[in-house]
Amino acid sequence: MKPAIEIRNLGKEYTLASAQPYISLRDVLTGTFKSIIQTNRKKKEKFWALKDITADIMPGERVGIIGRNGAGKSTLLKIISRITPPTTGEAIIRGRVGSLLEVGTGFHPELTGRENIFLNGSILGLKKIEIIKQLDEIIDFSGVNNFIDTPLKHYSTGMQLRLAFSVAAHLEPEILLIDEVLAVGDLEFQKKCLGKMEQVSKEHGRTILFVSHNMDIIRKFCSSAILLAKGILIDKGDTTHIISEYISNHSQTNSEANWPEGLYSLNKELKLNRVYLHNKSNDLLSKFDTTEAIGLTIEYEVINDNIKFTHGINLYNSENQNVFNSHDISFALNETKRKKGEFIAKVWIPENLLPEGLFSLSVALFNPNPLDIFIHEHEVLRFEVFTDFSKRNARGNYSNNFPGIIRPLLDWELEKK
Amino acid sequence: MAIFMAMSKFLHHIKPPAGFSLGLKELWQYRELFYFFTWRDIKVKYKQTSLGIIWALLQPLGMMVIFTFLFSKTLKIDSGNINYPIFVLSGLILWNLFSSSVSHAGESMIQHSNIIKKIYFPRLIIPGSSILVAFFDFMMGLLIFFVLCIFYKQSISWAAVLYFPAGIIIVLLASFGVGTFLAALNVKFRDFRYTIPFLLQVLFFASQIIYPLFSIQQQWLKYLLAINPMNAAIELFRSPIAGTSPDISVLSIGLISTLLFFLLGIFYFRKTESYFADLS
Repeated sequence: MKPAIEIRNLGKEYTLASAQPYISLRDVLTGTFKSIIQTNRKKKEKFWALKDITADIMPGERVGIIGRNGAGKSTLLKIISRITPPTTGEAIIRGRVGSLLEVGTGFHPELTGRENIFLNGSILGLKKIEIIKQLDEIIDFSGVNNFIDTPLKHYSTGMQLRLAFSVAAHLEPEILLIDEVLAVGDLEFQKKCLGKMEQVSKEHGRTILFVSHNMDIIRKFCSSAILLAKGILIDKGDTTHIISEYISNHSQTNSEANWPEGLYSLNKELKLNRVYLHNKSNDLLSKFDTTEAIGLTIEYEVINDNIKFTHGINLYNSENQNVFNSHDISFALNETKRKKGEFIAKVWIPENLLPEGLFSLSVALFNPNPLDIFIHEHEVLRFEVFTDFSKRNARGNYSNNFPGIIRPLLDWELEKK
Repeated sequence: MAIFMAMSKFLHHIKPPAGFSLGLKELWQYRELFYFFTWRDIKVKYKQTSLGIIWALLQPLGMMVIFTFLFSKTLKIDSGNINYPIFVLSGLILWNLFSSSVSHAGESMIQHSNIIKKIYFPRLIIPGSSILVAFFDFMMGLLIFFVLCIFYKQSISWAAVLYFPAGIIIVLLASFGVGTFLAALNVKFRDFRYTIPFLLQVLFFASQIIYPLFSIQQQWLKYLLAINPMNAAIELFRSPIAGTSPDISVLSIGLISTLLFFLLGIFYFRKTESYFADLS
């Protein structure tokens, strides 16, 4: 049997010409003008989002694609679904491809639920007769029967998602590509959709490529897995094996990232030297208990003055949810241009904010308005938060499952009536 | 299961882009999506306005009234043996088809950038369906035009059966060429869109809408204006109404430039489209 997907030395290179992905005509005109007089053309930085990927995926395989942010998972799906062409290599796809990189692509608020099923279904590659054949089933599955002839703008977000998922669950291509779309929406309904897709896959031997950060779903749903890191295929094989490889890699915490030579921005205006995590007494740490404030220090150097920028962070939890972002707004407010020199920026993530778990931090030097990103290092630091029951913490003495994205320690007031 | 077996013939070879093809076969495979995009735009357009379809008709009619007042009553433009309202409306409905095709197609890729980044389909569908939507409005306008012809007791010769469709095809080909070219440029140079209204303004006056081309004395200027495909199309529309034969030189220049615009647009679009998802 021939593989459903044959991937050979596939690579994708992006050119980071500037922070903007597109070019303005004005920039081109003024740019050429400038380059004539100044001759220092903006250096274009190239970066390989995927490099030399080779893999065979057999019909009926359900493959989980695992990797950190920026590992190239989404790029791989985009190439296989033909949204973007590869720079090198090739892939041979045997069968009709359906891709689900987003739920509800093309949904229009003015159209009714029924009309949107046809539109979305057709965008996802269903034929009109296939939609008509499955229409009742799709509507029943979504559970929005009573509103099916109401314009979508009157739907709640939850209802829109259910409708979108139920169209997606009824896709029947031979090869289905699913990006992290299932991370949204209510959990019960997601499971129902996955169940339906799994059933379709098993009955008809459909091939599925599935990107997710949720290892439980991958473990349950996928028959094999691929591990990507920085655009390179690290390993492919049995799901349990790949997941444990990823986790042992992923759960390593690091309190410090160092660039002895400096990490330069594209046009060398800025240089990042060191970022590290510490507690109040300035000990380098990567494990904190929930009642400790977490300190982050960013050391950088301004090489060119006259640029406007500020420093900021993104925090992600182990489910890859963006818990929060923060940047120093004092520069943004007074719009000062920064002077040359070395700087040390320090920020504190307050105590009693984060629950237990693994977190990753990205660090950025950027100008928020107009947006211009000089340096954005994804997931440079990884730390763990745990509960120390000997301290006054938000759990009190409750030791069972205690969900929630944040874990504040709130003040309760009680008085006798 | 039957569907599954039938589809196994699908085979894609994904590799770095090279070569050039129109991709007509693929467009045909995706004809339903083409239909749904057009259907959605028409439906949404008429759902959002309380006046609905009348809206598409009021605009050219209003312009007709204004131009008739200005140019027929005040400036006394010689429209030959056609009533001026009919004369100007014949130009206006064709012009509206062109200008709304070009402006909507030109913006279409940016408006749909979200879909482009998430799903593959032949990208030509997007500007194509913008043009079909404009064509739908045009058909409504054409209906009103015939009603007005009856009202003004304007006779139309049988040549219209041939000339009208030919004129419409010229406008569609030209709008498709210019529209796809601008759509592709707009993805790459995001500030290009600001030039579109200006470009259309210039073309409006370079088209024989409010004046007839035969009133231009200088031959060279007439030939220069004939490069604008709209002039050939309007020529084809007006000759059966006026009962004259169309100016052959204007027609042939217009036809050649239409084909060139069409090929240029589609070629540039097809050449750049594979990177749209990376740029938008």
